[in-house]
Amino acid sequence: MDRLTQARQSILAPTGLQDSDIEKIMNSLLSAQVDAADIYFQSSHFESWVMESGIIKEGSHSIEKGAGVRAVAGEKTGFAYSDRIELPVLLEAANNVKAIVRQGQEARSALFKPSYSQPYYGTSNPLKSLADQQKVDLLRKVDSETRKLDSRIEEVIISLIGAHDSILVASQDGQLTADIRPLVRMNVTVIVVQNGRREQGSMGGGGRCDYTMFFDEDKALDYGKEAVRLALVNLEAVEAPAGNMTVVLGSGWPGILLHEAIGHGLEGDFNRKGTSAFSGRVGERVGSSLCTVVDDGTLPGRRGSLSIDDEGTPTENTVLIENGILKGYMQDKLNARLMGVSPTGNGRRESYAHLPMPRMTNTYMLPGAHDAEEIIRSVEKGLYAKNFGGGQVDITSGKFVFSASEAYLIENGKLTRPVKGATLIGNGPDVLTRVSMVGNDLQLDSGVGTCGKDGQSVPVGVGQPTLKIDGLTVGGTSI
Amino acid sequence: MQNQDEINRLTALVQLLLDEAKEQGASAAEAGLSIENGLSVTARMGDVETIEHHCDQGLGVTVYIGQRKGSASTNDLSETSIKETVTAALSFARYANEDAYAGLPEPSWLATEFPDLDLYHPWTLTADQAINMAIACEDAARSYHADITNSEGASVNTHQGIRVLGNSLGFLHGYASTRHSMSCSVLGQRGDSMQRDYWYSVAREASKLEPGPEIGRKAAERTIRRLEGRKLSTRQCPVLYAAEVASGLLGSLISAISGGNLYRKSSFLLDMLDQPIFPEFIHIHEQPYLSGALGSASFDAEGVVTRTRDIVADGILKSYVLGTYSARKLGMQSTGNAGGVHNLTLDSGDDDFNGMLARLGTGLLVTELMGQGVNMVTGDYSRGASGFWVENGVIQYPVEEITIAGNLKHMFRNIVAVGNDVDYRGNIRTGSILIERMSIAGE
Repeated sequence: MDRLTQARQSILAPTGLQDSDIEKIMNSLLSAQVDAADIYFQSSHFESWVMESGIIKEGSHSIEKGAGVRAVAGEKTGFAYSDRIELPVLLEAANNVKAIVRQGQEARSALFKPSYSQPYYGTSNPLKSLADQQKVDLLRKVDSETRKLDSRIEEVIISLIGAHDSILVASQDGQLTADIRPLVRMNVTVIVVQNGRREQGSMGGGGRCDYTMFFDEDKALDYGKEAVRLALVNLEAVEAPAGNMTVVLGSGWPGILLHEAIGHGLEGDFNRKGTSAFSGRVGERVGSSLCTVVDDGTLPGRRGSLSIDDEGTPTENTVLIENGILKGYMQDKLNARLMGVSPTGNGRRESYAHLPMPRMTNTYMLPGAHDAEEIIRSVEKGLYAKNFGGGQVDITSGKFVFSASEAYLIENGKLTRPVKGATLIGNGPDVLTRVSMVGNDLQLDSGVGTCGKDGQSVPVGVGQPTLKIDGLTVGGTSI
Repeated sequence: MQNQDEINRLTALVQLLLDEAKEQGASAAEAGLSIENGLSVTARMGDVETIEHHCDQGLGVTVYIGQRKGSASTNDLSETSIKETVTAALSFARYANEDAYAGLPEPSWLATEFPDLDLYHPWTLTADQAINMAIACEDAARSYHADITNSEGASVNTHQGIRVLGNSLGFLHGYASTRHSMSCSVLGQRGDSMQRDYWYSVAREASKLEPGPEIGRKAAERTIRRLEGRKLSTRQCPVLYAAEVASGLLGSLISAISGGNLYRKSSFLLDMLDQPIFPEFIHIHEQPYLSGALGSASFDAEGVVTRTRDIVADGILKSYVLGTYSARKLGMQSTGNAGGVHNLTLDSGDDDFNGMLARLGTGLLVTELMGQGVNMVTGDYSRGASGFWVENGVIQYPVEEITIAGNLKHMFRNIVAVGNDVDYRGNIRTGSILIERMSIAGE
């Protein structure tokens, strides 16, 4: 069964809404002088399981559905949504949103044509990929195997989350597209104690697939092992140094640096409005020639991947920076139209109750020539940041910050002591110009990233090879 | 009153949920329901940019089969959906393990009196009126200074909603509330330096909002003063947290004394009850019954009565912040904090903002913090910061791209003074906070 048929079945069938009703709503929107309009239908199923103190503590389940109606004219947007997918309710919503523009246009008629694109993940419902008993057994196994790893483990907390999202987008050009989006995630957090000192470590993973991914090569058990390793490293960690120094970033999840420092500043809305530190800089050098950065929504099964974005545009592998030169921005339809470029499949929204805007998918740097070891060996004194917690950016000033959750001092080309509490801070437009070595070990993160912008959360992926940055401020307590 | 009819209708739905849970075999249940309507308007560069009509509803149910717990939620309030939601919650409860601490609150903990806290003041605001207010707010910001070159716009928001909570012990109560806000964010540019800052006002009653042009002027003033920021060299110095960021320090305190972090032993304030954690002059209390305040509530997310009480008195930690589950885990009583605190207040000293700058003498005034560098287990603290370098009580120049670091345990003990320049815009009310010494990392 194709995605459109599936989406119709899961979203529209229970409400009795027909294509002809969607046309009525669209025609109402088009009776005003709009440049663009869309109706976004969504139905989401979500579940979570939590194991703590060796017991299945609780599970929860949610079902949400609704539709959002949008009309756009120039830079103006009218938007309304409802959790009732009913013709009179949506006609009223359409009436409200078109008040944003002048009335009196001759009604154009919208006749919907289905549109299909290449899917990058399956459609099956992850919530049904395992029987509930199997989910519980998986959690129990991860819990008991993880607890066996070290006598200093005091607590293990495991969560398992699954979502199955169906969306259907009708746009003013008569395009009718749909996507079925599975998403799973598992997280293991471990608390260890040694001589009264308490530290924790966390590891997890997931993607747009079903729960069976956690059985592949014992992935779930590996999360437990890695969480324990991180917690034990932290037990030995000393205070982080403070000041400006050479920083080597590990491969994989530290790509959050690219996401924060570079990625957000390259989103189309900020650049159209001229509020980003990268505004108006296409064609200019923003990084050393070693740096090529892409945003790629087409990676099969990745957490940040989408077959189509939330405006129905197929996703792409978009080159943002090529050999250090800024090539382009990530666009949704509105900002692409206003900037006179093509949409790049980056129009995303948290749900039907939110407006779409340009957002990242999977953002990563392409690999270079060096072995990771060689890069570390080249540093006389510095910091190796292997894992990170969260980060944040001010896209206007370009300043970014993020926190290392696993970091080591580099002394004379060797990793010596682990350090705790290191925060890195820098300037987005500068940081890539200081990249002096790029590793050959490109890795994507394990599938746990969630990005927030304007109060909307969406799942994303990040990645990079090992990178050497000459001169980044490390905020620590040891001076 | 139409509003009361709606509360009655939703209260009946919650009772239906509870009855359905019992019918399907739950030994105990708790159900909540909320609906919210609103309007958000943004104006940018002198014209309307977005008009958003909000309309949200949702219900959630938690069921127990003995000591086993399951929950489910939906935004479909139909009777069929209510039945299915209860069924889903029960099926989760059947897979959960017996948990000796799970269950509804003790009956004696539940609220029985529901004073009017003056939380409901609807604002009859049309989209056109909201647009004009937003434009006036943004105009004041854009015309404030020639260096204000761009804008992210000004927005006006109004929301009203109803919440109903009930449980199978007989607790059942609903109430209506409103929340209105106005905000503005503009950009300034001088040479290569581009900065953005914002200001906002929020209140339950529209007449209590700061005037739009005032919000715009403050946003512009904050943006202009940040231009041409410098880095600092790495050093140690005293740090003054401006009131709008000082609430974050108290947020960390609340997190550290919250039941969930305590029973998981992932707090840097374990076993500190009745011990000094601040200097003697620090008093922190919770005031759930303030009329019309943003955090006011007569019961918490589980129906437990909230109480006016000390959390820190004379620098000594007097109480934790607990819900039912964590209270049972710790062998204590719920403090009525399921879902958070209600109007947490740090008592002010005598100094206004300028007085606090004078006390700071030479050091760093922090006005913005970035990133999540707070380790709740150890108290290690390291965050990105921007603000101003101050000498002899006088602001010298803006600083940016630095981090400030310390350990919250030490930072709390080394608070030197609290200003009377209280920020009332949130659930945590505090003036500026001066800390004796922190590590600054920069050039």
